[in-house]
Amino acid sequence: MTTPSESTPLLELRGISKSFGSVQALTDVDFEVRPGEVMALVGDNGAGKSTLIKCVAGIHAWDSGELVFDGHSVNIHGPKDAAKLGIEVVYQDLALCDNLDVVQNMYLGREERDWLQRLKEPVMEAKTAETMKGLAVTTIKSIRQPVATLSGGQRQSVAVARAVMWNSRLVILDEPTAALGVSQTEQVLELVRRLADQGLAVVLISHNLHDIFAVADRITVLRLGRSIAVYERDQTTQQEVVEAITAGIATKVSGIPSTPPEQA
Amino acid sequence: MSTDPTAAAAAEVPSGFFGRVVDNIRGGNLGSWPVLIGLAVIVVFFSFKADNFLSPGNFSNIITQMAGVTLLAYGVVFVLLIGEIDLSISYISGIAGVVVAQLTLPDSGHQLPGLVAILLAVGACALIGAFQGSFVAFIGVPAFVVTLAGYQIWQGAIQKAIEKEGVIVIQDETVNNTANYFFSSTSGWIIAAIVCGVYAASVISGVLSHRRHGVPVRDPLLIVAKLVVVVAVTILVVIISNKDRGVPFVLLLMVAALLVLTFLAKRTTFGRHVYAVGGNAEAARRAGINVARVRVLVFMISGAMAGLGGVVLAARLNSVDLNAGGGTLLIDAIAAAVIGGTSLFGGRGEVRDALFGALVIATIANGLNTLNLTQGVIFITTGGILLFAVTLDTILRRRQRAAGR
Repeated sequence: MTTPSESTPLLELRGISKSFGSVQALTDVDFEVRPGEVMALVGDNGAGKSTLIKCVAGIHAWDSGELVFDGHSVNIHGPKDAAKLGIEVVYQDLALCDNLDVVQNMYLGREERDWLQRLKEPVMEAKTAETMKGLAVTTIKSIRQPVATLSGGQRQSVAVARAVMWNSRLVILDEPTAALGVSQTEQVLELVRRLADQGLAVVLISHNLHDIFAVADRITVLRLGRSIAVYERDQTTQQEVVEAITAGIATKVSGIPSTPPEQA
Repeated sequence: MSTDPTAAAAAEVPSGFFGRVVDNIRGGNLGSWPVLIGLAVIVVFFSFKADNFLSPGNFSNIITQMAGVTLLAYGVVFVLLIGEIDLSISYISGIAGVVVAQLTLPDSGHQLPGLVAILLAVGACALIGAFQGSFVAFIGVPAFVVTLAGYQIWQGAIQKAIEKEGVIVIQDETVNNTANYFFSSTSGWIIAAIVCGVYAASVISGVLSHRRHGVPVRDPLLIVAKLVVVVAVTILVVIISNKDRGVPFVLLLMVAALLVLTFLAKRTTFGRHVYAVGGNAEAARRAGINVARVRVLVFMISGAMAGLGGVVLAARLNSVDLNAGGGTLLIDAIAAAVIGGTSLFGGRGEVRDALFGALVIATIANGLNTLNLTQGVIFITTGGILLFAVTLDTILRRRQRAAGR
């Protein structure tokens, strides 16, 4: 196990706010994730998890606040900016094109091409095969089969592999196990752990506390658009996190003294 | 868990070429097989029914009759690939006819060489396509309505442009040759050799490039078989054509457009993005693809192909009149793409589908004509085949959706 607490954060959000018309989706949110660490982001439906990652991914522009990446304050104006920094997001719907094959999906939007704009298919195929092997994704029969013919776990693996193929430094996974069975969930969680052990910063969004306690190093709780607590996985309980999600910072109310959360 | 050996064998993952065929059928991907089988059935049927159907002269007739529709249908394939529709192409093609006719009009003060006139006409149609496409891409107006409006507007523009004359005769030889020129026997063979050479070169360079990067070449037998079929068909076409008036220039135009557009769709980044937008526009957008740009360019291609088709259609009649772009042109062009196997739901289809589909429509119309059947029978038959093709497309799509889960 790495000791991420000693390194500086790769991504740090300071006081991010975002509203859609009259709806205040995020208020003064602080968040951080360090290299080699799996940071879980939890919260009830509508807590602002998706909005937060969409801000980081360049899909939404935030209204106020600061995003610090690798020690520099940056602005992200679109998915390409995020990709340039090395930020990759695997969305809940995976954002795969069913009609394209695995290789084509892996390179979607950043195809290898020569001066004539011709696609370098063999190069892309070789690199895809290599990446799949590196991540120990072995269940896919052929990387030339359309994604429509893959199982849920395989599709998730393709989406994760696509995220890490680009020398990415931060991978955000949105509910990666929500649609999966037990053994496939196991596979994906192993994959998530492997990513962090390879030195990537991983943000894991999930409703499933069992999954989170299986792989996460730290846990950030969002509630009603505010970040209310950050827990060390080793020093908290599922009970405590659930209470924070549903009722706010439970430790203050119920007076559990053991693990005062670092106030965000 | 079942221990029945037959069940285990059935569940076993199929491998190799036949495995992939099974996979494709399961995944709802039949390729060009339905339309090719249908075409074979139609040809066999008419060759028994009508004495003069299988003659070199009739072959030339079918080719020249289908040329305009085919060129339009190539553009339709691109529009269908991104899951949109373009209803304005027939009258855009009429506009191209009017433009070439006007620009080559002798003693008009603005007479231009034929080739320049053609390029300007096609360019103008591409701009029309881009104009319509930007409403779809940037504002989000449904393509159905934008192009329906275009259908009326360009029809009106044609009427307005030639309301005094009613008809303009095209006297420029270059323009008229696009539809009515036939190559000599020798030129026909040279062209055939070049076409086969280009195809073979692209196949071989693909194989070599796979080798170089250590990626296995899939189905070497299939590649060889395709090459043999393409060469055989080319030789057969030249032999048949040379027994009549020679290889028609429009055939060369259709094949050249097919090669160029197939290259664009399958081998370039732009083509890949077209398929991606049709498969999942949101995923394409998140992958950083400029979806609006792809949409505008696709409508531009549709407009340009309609323009090229319009030039050929006008040249075939040596004139344009108030009916330019009317009749069954629109229906035939869209039907050709769909019958060929292009999905109306986007993301699935190939440029060659348009050629095969147009061939089916032209062959049926021609065959029923040689049987002395009326226009009514032709409409009903073509409509029935279109209904069948769309139903098949819908079923395939459902299978494809069900396959992975």
